[in-house]
Amino acid sequence: MSSIVFWLLAILTVGAALAVVILRDVFRAALSLVLLFLTIAVLYVTLYADFLAVVQILIYVGAISILIIVAVMLTRDVWHGSPPGKLRVPALVVSVLLLGTMIFTVVSAKWPTSTEPPMQPTTAAIGNSLFSQGGYILPVEISAVLLLAAILGAIVLMREK
Amino acid sequence: MTVGLEHYLILSAVLFCIGLYGVLARRNAVVLLMCIEIMLNAVNIALVAFSRYIVPMFLTGQIFAIFVIVVAAAEAAVGIAIIITIYRRRESVDVDKFDLMKW
Repeated sequence: MSSIVFWLLAILTVGAALAVVILRDVFRAALSLVLLFLTIAVLYVTLYADFLAVVQILIYVGAISILIIVAVMLTRDVWHGSPPGKLRVPALVVSVLLLGTMIFTVVSAKWPTSTEPPMQPTTAAIGNSLFSQGGYILPVEISAVLLLAAILGAIVLMREK
Repeated sequence: MTVGLEHYLILSAVLFCIGLYGVLARRNAVVLLMCIEIMLNAVNIALVAFSRYIVPMFLTGQIFAIFVIVVAAAEAAVGIAIIITIYRRRESVDVDKFDLMKW
C-alpha cells in the first residue's frame, strides 16, 4: 500500500519537475512548481514528518509560489516565454553524469538503517530541540537575523528612487 | 519490494539533477529561481529520509530541513527583488543580457 503511494508520488513529482524545466510558458511552469511543492508535502507525510509537511504547505505552497507567480506577472516576458540557452547539451551531459554518480553511490553504499519505529507526533519534539538550552537556539536566532536582513534587502532593492 | 531509504535518495537525486539541468539550460531568470527551489526541495527530501531511516529517534534531519526552508525563503525574496530591479532597468529577464559585470 505505502509503496503504491510512494511510486505515484514519485511519478507526479518527477513529472512536475520536468514540466517546470521543459515548458516554455513561464506561468505554466510556475503552476507545475506548485504541484511539485504539494507532492513533496505528501512525501513528507509518508516519511512521518507531519510538522514539516505543514511547514512545506504554509511556506512553499502558500508564500514562495505566490511570490514567484507575482514575479512572473511583473516581469512581462510571459509572452516571450523561457527560451532554452546555448548550453543545452553540456547541461544535459553534466546533469546525467551527476545523476549516474549519485545513483551509483546511493545503491552501492551500506546505509546503517535503524529498525526503530519513527517518532510519531514530531511537533513537540522539534519545538523542544529547537528552543531548548542544549539544542538549536543559536541557529534559530541567527536565522531570525538572516530573515530580517533579507526583508531589509528586498525593500531596499525594490524601492523606487 | 518495500520502499526504503534508497528509493527516497534516488528520487531526491533525480529531482536535484532536473533542477541542475534547468539552472544550466534555461535563460529566463524567474525559471532559474524556480529550478533552484526544486534543488533545495530535493535536498530536503534526502535530509528527511535520512532522519526517518537512520536516526528515527532523533529529528536532526528534520531540523536541518527547517533551516534549509528558512534560507530558501530568504533567497527567494532577495532573488526576486534583484530580478525585478534588473527588469526595471533593462526591460528583460534574459540572463544572457545580464552582462553588466562582464569585462
